[in-house]
Amino acid sequence: METLEQIKSRAEAAVPGARLELIRNDAPSAQHSLLVDNEHAFAVAKFLRDDAQLRLDYCSNATGVDWPEAELTEKFKVTKLVDGVEKEVEEVKKTKRPAYLEAVYHLYSMALKHGPVILRLRTEDRGDKNHLPSLTLLWRSCEFQEREIFDLYGIVFDGHPDLRRILMWDEFKDFPMRKDYVEPDDYEYEPTPHDDVLAKVKQHREAEAKA
Amino acid sequence: MSATLEPPPARNYEILPKTDTDGSPLDGDLLEIAMGPQHPSTHGVFRMDVVLDGETVVKLKPVFGYLHRNHEKIAENTTYLGSMPYTDRLDYFCSLTNNWAYALSVEKLAGLQVPERAEFIRVITAELTRLLNHTCLAGFLLQDMGALGTPLMYAFREREKILDLIESLTGARMMCNYMRFGGCRVDLPAGWLEGAMAVVENYPRFLDEFEALLSGNEILMARTQNVGKLSKELAISAGITGPMLRASGVDYDLRKVDRYGIYDRFPFRVPLGEHGDVFDRYMIRVLEMRESLKILEPALRDIPAGPIIDPKAKLRAFKPKAGEAYGRIESPKGELGFYLISDGGPNPYRYRVRPPSLINLTILEDMCLGHNVADVIVILGSVDIVLGEVDR
Repeated sequence: METLEQIKSRAEAAVPGARLELIRNDAPSAQHSLLVDNEHAFAVAKFLRDDAQLRLDYCSNATGVDWPEAELTEKFKVTKLVDGVEKEVEEVKKTKRPAYLEAVYHLYSMALKHGPVILRLRTEDRGDKNHLPSLTLLWRSCEFQEREIFDLYGIVFDGHPDLRRILMWDEFKDFPMRKDYVEPDDYEYEPTPHDDVLAKVKQHREAEAKA
Repeated sequence: MSATLEPPPARNYEILPKTDTDGSPLDGDLLEIAMGPQHPSTHGVFRMDVVLDGETVVKLKPVFGYLHRNHEKIAENTTYLGSMPYTDRLDYFCSLTNNWAYALSVEKLAGLQVPERAEFIRVITAELTRLLNHTCLAGFLLQDMGALGTPLMYAFREREKILDLIESLTGARMMCNYMRFGGCRVDLPAGWLEGAMAVVENYPRFLDEFEALLSGNEILMARTQNVGKLSKELAISAGITGPMLRASGVDYDLRKVDRYGIYDRFPFRVPLGEHGDVFDRYMIRVLEMRESLKILEPALRDIPAGPIIDPKAKLRAFKPKAGEAYGRIESPKGELGFYLISDGGPNPYRYRVRPPSLINLTILEDMCLGHNVADVIVILGSVDIVLGEVDR
């Protein structure tokens, strides 16, 4: 299979205006991925599927990842003049990572038996701008998986034919796989409360007694 | 298959009102019923909302999530090794292949090597698991067709023999918790290889007996041939994997494609179906069992002595470097994958299971439309789902 750089340049040539970015992966697996802008994601995905050299006809895995706002610290060494002597000094660089939700697609080719090409799509934020284009019309295997991402992460897939909750029940409000999810206060379902639940029960009883 | 395959058309999710020849509406005779969630033929707590026009299915919606316990969230809140016993509970028929898929992904993430003896043990246990899964599937499928008891009990009798082997190796029949990152937990007990060889040598006799009873059976053929057909193009697009995909005639077996472990050392073939109907799916599984035996025989014979775990692999305070990895294996039900993201900490930042059972259900409606209610049961049986894995 071609390298990811080659795929990137060919995709950018085939889809005018598409902005792709190579995301490096430093783990021994060395599975690097391509970040696609949401506007051209469908066209780029269609190119990857239909291109004669790639023919990525099989979307194996589609999943969500939650990235809340975080401060990243990066350590690197710099040579500086300290008291007239050159020394290696460790400096810490702090960068802010904006909050976003991510959908990751692992694409393989059943016809040519190669892969994976990993495609990443990012929402603008974790609030209202949580929309991404759906790839279900390209790969039917995304149908249930995108529903699952919607259910557990709250990414809305525009163009999905049947976007409903899939594992949680329809009346459920929150998105349980997000990192800041707080589980509901279900103290009253515990038959023999102890530890944390006992503390909750006491709180509730006191509040009830006051009211 | 052409390179410019058009996407399957967006289906109309509303039921169109039917009209009589004179144009008068005929939608009064549609009946909506819920099959499940408590029903023996739904293989667990699984519901199908079926709309029927007389006996014919015009719409079918699978509903699941009754067993959902957010496996992924629990795994993200525990250490890497801590979720190993929890993977047993995904597809509780095949805990050893679940273990392997997870161990393989972590090994990719952390760059661990597996010693040769451990690779042999993994292949042997995985193929034994494939045998028992396919045997039970054939039994359950026949049970769904109305052959109450007998074929299923024959299948369970053979499954018990394999479970005895697995129990003497791992200590548990179903919840094995056997693989470790970079190897396996314990070595084979004395006399295990001979016991396994005896099971493998006797298996063809059981398969012959099973097939003589079933494969040419007139009722089985009438109930399964041309039922629940799945085309090649739809199977690929819908990400169907495992025996279901190969029954539709697509040559894609991860043991051949990825060559993970040491599968490239064994001579075995990949059986392919032609029609993609329920009969082909049944037959593919029987043929795959015969191919598994071809792997097991040389594996049991040639297993070398040596260590069973990578000495560099740390069980405690295991913290892979930041990065991500997606590892997948050919589990008996299809492609089982684990997608892991590490942020350098002791817990995975993201832990995702790619469940073959769930994704193979995507096209359940497409296969059932136009068939009778009784066929729905058979078609669902041929998909081979386990709800522990669908719901996670």
